[in-house]
Amino acid sequence: MIAIIDYGIGNLFSVVSSFKYIGADAIVTSDPEKIKECDRILLPGVGAFEDAAKKLRETGLDKVIIKEAKAGKPILGICLGMQMLFEKSYEYGEHNGLGLLKGRVIGMQGVIDEKLQIPHIGYNDLIFKKNHPLLKYINEGDFVYFVHSYYAVDCDDSLVAYAEYDKDITAIVAKDNVMGCQFHPEKSGEVGLNILRAFCEMETVK
Amino acid sequence: MITKRIIPCLDVRDGRVVKGVNFEGINDVNDPATLAKYYSENGADELVFYDITASHEGRRLFTDILTKVAQNVFIPLTVGGGINTIEDFDRVLKCGADKVSVNSGAIKNPSLITEAAKKYGNQCVVISADVKRVDGVFTVFSKGGRENTGMEAISWIKRCVDMGAGEVVVNSIDTDGVKNGFDIELLKLVCEAVNVPVIASGGAGSTEHFVKLFKEIPEMSAGLAASVFHFGEIKINELKKELKNNGIKARI
Repeated sequence: MIAIIDYGIGNLFSVVSSFKYIGADAIVTSDPEKIKECDRILLPGVGAFEDAAKKLRETGLDKVIIKEAKAGKPILGICLGMQMLFEKSYEYGEHNGLGLLKGRVIGMQGVIDEKLQIPHIGYNDLIFKKNHPLLKYINEGDFVYFVHSYYAVDCDDSLVAYAEYDKDITAIVAKDNVMGCQFHPEKSGEVGLNILRAFCEMETVK
Repeated sequence: MITKRIIPCLDVRDGRVVKGVNFEGINDVNDPATLAKYYSENGADELVFYDITASHEGRRLFTDILTKVAQNVFIPLTVGGGINTIEDFDRVLKCGADKVSVNSGAIKNPSLITEAAKKYGNQCVVISADVKRVDGVFTVFSKGGRENTGMEAISWIKRCVDMGAGEVVVNSIDTDGVKNGFDIELLKLVCEAVNVPVIASGGAGSTEHFVKLFKEIPEMSAGLAASVFHFGEIKINELKKELKNNGIKARI
């Protein structure tokens, strides 16, 4: 059973539908007991970092997620949910994330070629940096759907795949059982569903 | 690098896909859920649904169908038609839409764009503009192309982006349904004026028209069409191969 964390951020319709479509059991919950019972966690998120971080702290879900992650439970963050896994974000100020991954989240504005459109919207191809079980059913060069204006940097050895948009844009990160996708696997056609399938097969890291 | 997007548009009335030629003489094409799944499995990068229903009953049918489509199709879905309030945004987003397209609703009340962008993010708000030349001036029309607003198009689109729209669909009434190619002159002006993704609509009749669009306007993000896809005159997979052969990046 997958716990899709409900912290009042964004639209969970597609994430829920995609797990249902691939035949995985998932529940949308904010109940720490239920999260504990599930064998994996999905952290979604669309919107502003500060808001989302605040909501996780206010609900105490930050501590629950950190505890489960440290216990080795597979956890996947999507889009803003991925960004939340890092130490810090510089989206409108400086905000602390969950600190499960080393690195920080910065804006594209003023960093990437000013002729390029921001947000980075559309399908971009993945370039693999290292192997990881999450890539089991996909290939280098596969396209995934991005919608974002901020991206993670200084991720060191957790960088699994990136996409080129003037700069190397962090696309997939993973360190042991803690994983994240900057793009939306639930909106990337069969490639995205295959990433979710691989996530559903991952086992708890002891 | 990012790919150019190919987007079929499905006009839905009373739960059925229809397509007007120059917005008149509408005739039935197919079932929305069937078409949506077919497209997502055959290379469409996104789908746009326009609800052209006028009645409450038709609107309810539309949201039922949207829910059904969104449960089985995992590419971005944009919904437009009859979006006048934040409640309308909420209604379609809850049924699985990823982006919401506003047209007449923004003309009546431009602050809707800002309000929606603040609540759902810029990426969620798409401004759709129906544009026609009137005495040599690109002019915005509302109500499905029936009413001249008297507003100059480029400044209106720019204003919408400044207010928070994250994407622009430009539909040229002059080229729509004629199948003689996209309105390059108009689209070039829009791309020069804004720095958000622009989607070209109106006039696609052949694969070459898409090639020409992306060659002549490299900044163009996407091309949208309806009947040429619905009637199989252009197959999306073949179109993408042709784009690739011409050095244009496409998701294959």
